[in-house]
Amino acid sequence: MRHIISLLMANEAGALSRVSGLFSARGYNIESLTVAPTEDATLSRMTIVTRGSDEVIEQINKQLNKLVDVVSVMDLSDGDHIERELMLVKVRAEGADREELKRMSDIFRGQVIDVSDKTYTIELTGAGSKLDSFLQAIDRKLILETVRTGASGIGRGERILKI
Amino acid sequence: MELTGAEITIRCLQEEGVEYVFGYPGGAVLFIYDELFKQEKVKHVLVRHEQAAVHAADGYARSTEKVGVALVTSGPGVTNAVTGIATAYMDSIPMLVISGQVPTSFIGEDAFQEVDAVGITRPCVKHNFLVKDVKDLASTLKKAFYLAKSGRPGPVLVDIPKDVSNHKVEFEYPSTVNIRSYHPQTTGDANLVKQAAQMLLEAKRPMVYAGGGVILSDASKQLTELVRLIDAPCTNTLMGLGGYPASDKQFVGMLGMHGTYEANMGMQNCDVLLAVGARFDDRVIGNVAHFNSVPRKIIHLDIDPASISKRVKVDVPLVGDVGSVLTDLIKVLKSSKQKPDAAAHKDWWKQIDEWRSANSLSYKNSIELIKPQFVIETLHKITRGDAFITSDVGQHQMWAAQYYKFDKPRRWINSGGLGTMGFGLPAAMGVQLAHPGETVACVTGEGSIQMNIQELSTCKQFNLPIKVIALNNRYLGMVRQWQEFFHGNRYSQSYMDALPDFVKLAEAYGHVGILVEKPSDVEGALQEAFARKDELVFLDFRTDSTENVYPMVPGGKGLSEVILAEDL
Ligand SMILES: Cc1cc2nc3c(=O)[nH]c(=O)nc-3n(C[C@H](O)[C@H](O)[C@H](O)COP(=O)(O)OP(=O)(O)OC[C@H]3O[C@@H](n4cnc5c(N)ncnc54)[C@H](O)[C@@H]3O)c2cc1C
Ligand SMILES: Cc1ncc(C[n+]2csc(CCOP(=O)(O)OP(=O)(O)O)c2C)c(N)n1
Ligand SMILES: [Mg+2]
Repeated sequence: MRHIISLLMANEAGALSRVSGLFSARGYNIESLTVAPTEDATLSRMTIVTRGSDEVIEQINKQLNKLVDVVSVMDLSDGDHIERELMLVKVRAEGADREELKRMSDIFRGQVIDVSDKTYTIELTGAGSKLDSFLQAIDRKLILETVRTGASGIGRGERILKI
Repeated sequence: MELTGAEITIRCLQEEGVEYVFGYPGGAVLFIYDELFKQEKVKHVLVRHEQAAVHAADGYARSTEKVGVALVTSGPGVTNAVTGIATAYMDSIPMLVISGQVPTSFIGEDAFQEVDAVGITRPCVKHNFLVKDVKDLASTLKKAFYLAKSGRPGPVLVDIPKDVSNHKVEFEYPSTVNIRSYHPQTTGDANLVKQAAQMLLEAKRPMVYAGGGVILSDASKQLTELVRLIDAPCTNTLMGLGGYPASDKQFVGMLGMHGTYEANMGMQNCDVLLAVGARFDDRVIGNVAHFNSVPRKIIHLDIDPASISKRVKVDVPLVGDVGSVLTDLIKVLKSSKQKPDAAAHKDWWKQIDEWRSANSLSYKNSIELIKPQFVIETLHKITRGDAFITSDVGQHQMWAAQYYKFDKPRRWINSGGLGTMGFGLPAAMGVQLAHPGETVACVTGEGSIQMNIQELSTCKQFNLPIKVIALNNRYLGMVRQWQEFFHGNRYSQSYMDALPDFVKLAEAYGHVGILVEKPSDVEGALQEAFARKDELVFLDFRTDSTENVYPMVPGGKGLSEVILAEDL
């Protein structure tokens, strides 16, 4: 099963490598991992998307908690939560395609954030599946490059991850 | 007053009451060695290889309740130390390793003797630190000691760049330490403790399986009291030996791959299993599916939540320190009106005794060939079961575990989790320094001893009267045994040709060597060796080269699918 895990960790040099090292050393799978400092500069927040049986996910949670730099861990998939991912797509936009790409971008509530004679760069935010659908909806040959942040997640309402 | 990083390092060690540092100097730690030189409180033991420094610190820690300390230089110093660090990590041994690093301004430039010590050791330490600023040094060392010994213990590495050891700052050793992300749980949940007590009282076939956590928690007293209270058979893992007195009638011996028949059958057939500070290792329960094929309730007490339900699903998880939780459990049991089910237990003990009568550790002694089991039994007799025994890795290790009956904790010092050949002799150095005047013997093989034989020189320099008991079978015996059982007797590279003359070798290092070739000489030789209280004696026992370790549960098999000695 797919799980999305959020964690807070001390903003120490090498903290990220402790987490990624743990996943590779124990053979856990990482679909995506995002990390950035929080409003408290001494803490970073990480979102990890992984897959595994219930037993594996239980071990992942325990092993993450065991890392000395990790302050707290929450498996967002245990309850209501929101997930968002940002994607930038650069497409070949010439002739009739220009109009069509703009239209598709609008349908997906995207924004064209860079324009050149021959290209558009479109910014899209949403659940990963929405970003996938957008890529399927447009002509594959027109895609020049894509970059995705991986999922960020947060609990709904009073589900709060803090120290 | 302002002190340099090197002075601060030594002051911190003094503040922590460190008696010995095991180490080896080099460029990156010269300032620290200079400060060591200027004081007498912290004594330095110069080893002959950094791996040995770490094993010695490890042996020191295992035989006491203290943190072992090792000091190595950057680059090859720290890479040599890695095997020792991993050994301590696998067995959860509290240890501080201080490594020198190239100056901060050189880091990342492939400088002379630069390695990423924090990166290399990350997967085999509890935690590690690179100290980039001298003002963080004292607090980092304080944290390192605290992390090493609290919760589930483990090695902690502190990497100190050379310039940091020479920079000055006002010194103050913090009296307390607070790491906001680290709060190991030591006391058990009261409700779960009650639940466990009830389960144990209702058990018809209870069993206690106790491991290294009992030793690390110094909780053999509580374990012994509990086992008697619930009238259960008790088994120890290789790491737990001595945690429950081997001479007690409720003890059924070690379990696992080379465990006794009664311990393994008890484990397989009990209805309530209490696991205490043990981690259901693959060498202990064998095939997990086979183990799970019989229903039983499991109560698991461990300070590390990640040890619980890692390999085997648990019914009652008790997270906490063995000593503290067992004390609570004993209280609840004593205050309960219910008593263990005497009638059911009677049948259970009858069954255990039946398994016991298989006598799975019996062996046929010989008048021509020295049987390794006989050497260990005689060693037990001569030392009155009261020696500190360290071991290397292989058949000799298993025989020592099976035939030296440990009645006290912290007497059996061996590498279980990593299985590091070369551990025995340096570990014995640490033990002997921690316990001057006590009897320390290192049981080894002719293969293992050669992995750190250079330490005979350290033993000479520091007058360590260790007794080296080499069970010399001219084979990498444990490998040979697997080849005999599972690889059609093809002894690929397991024969030890061109062995040194160990007697002369011992003499060359300034020690005493004794060659023993006949069974009738075994006892006399041991007596002579132990009578030489102030000398290191190397006993080269030429043992039966074809002897195997029994019983054996082959890898991947279930606990009841055991191979017993052929002639039984
Ligand atoms: C050649 C060879 C053969 C072997 N054969 C066998 C064999 O036949 N039988 C056998 O048993 N082993 C055998 N081993 C050893 C085996 O590999 C493991 O090292 C060993 O079984 C682990 O012991 P343990 O479960 O007691 O765990 P340890 O490694 O000692 O772990 C201790 C556990 O206790 C916990 N703990 C630590 N401190 C505390 C505390 N204060 N409070 C609560 N919990 C705590 C830890 O979190 C951990 O889970 C063999 C090794 C070798 C090299
Ligand atoms: C450093 C290291 N290398 C290899 C092994 C694999 N190994 C396990 S036991 C063994 C043989 C040990 O031989 P010896 O020390 O003579 O002991 P014996 O089994 O003969 O008693 C080997 C090679 C190991 N455990 N450690
Ligand atoms: Mg051998």
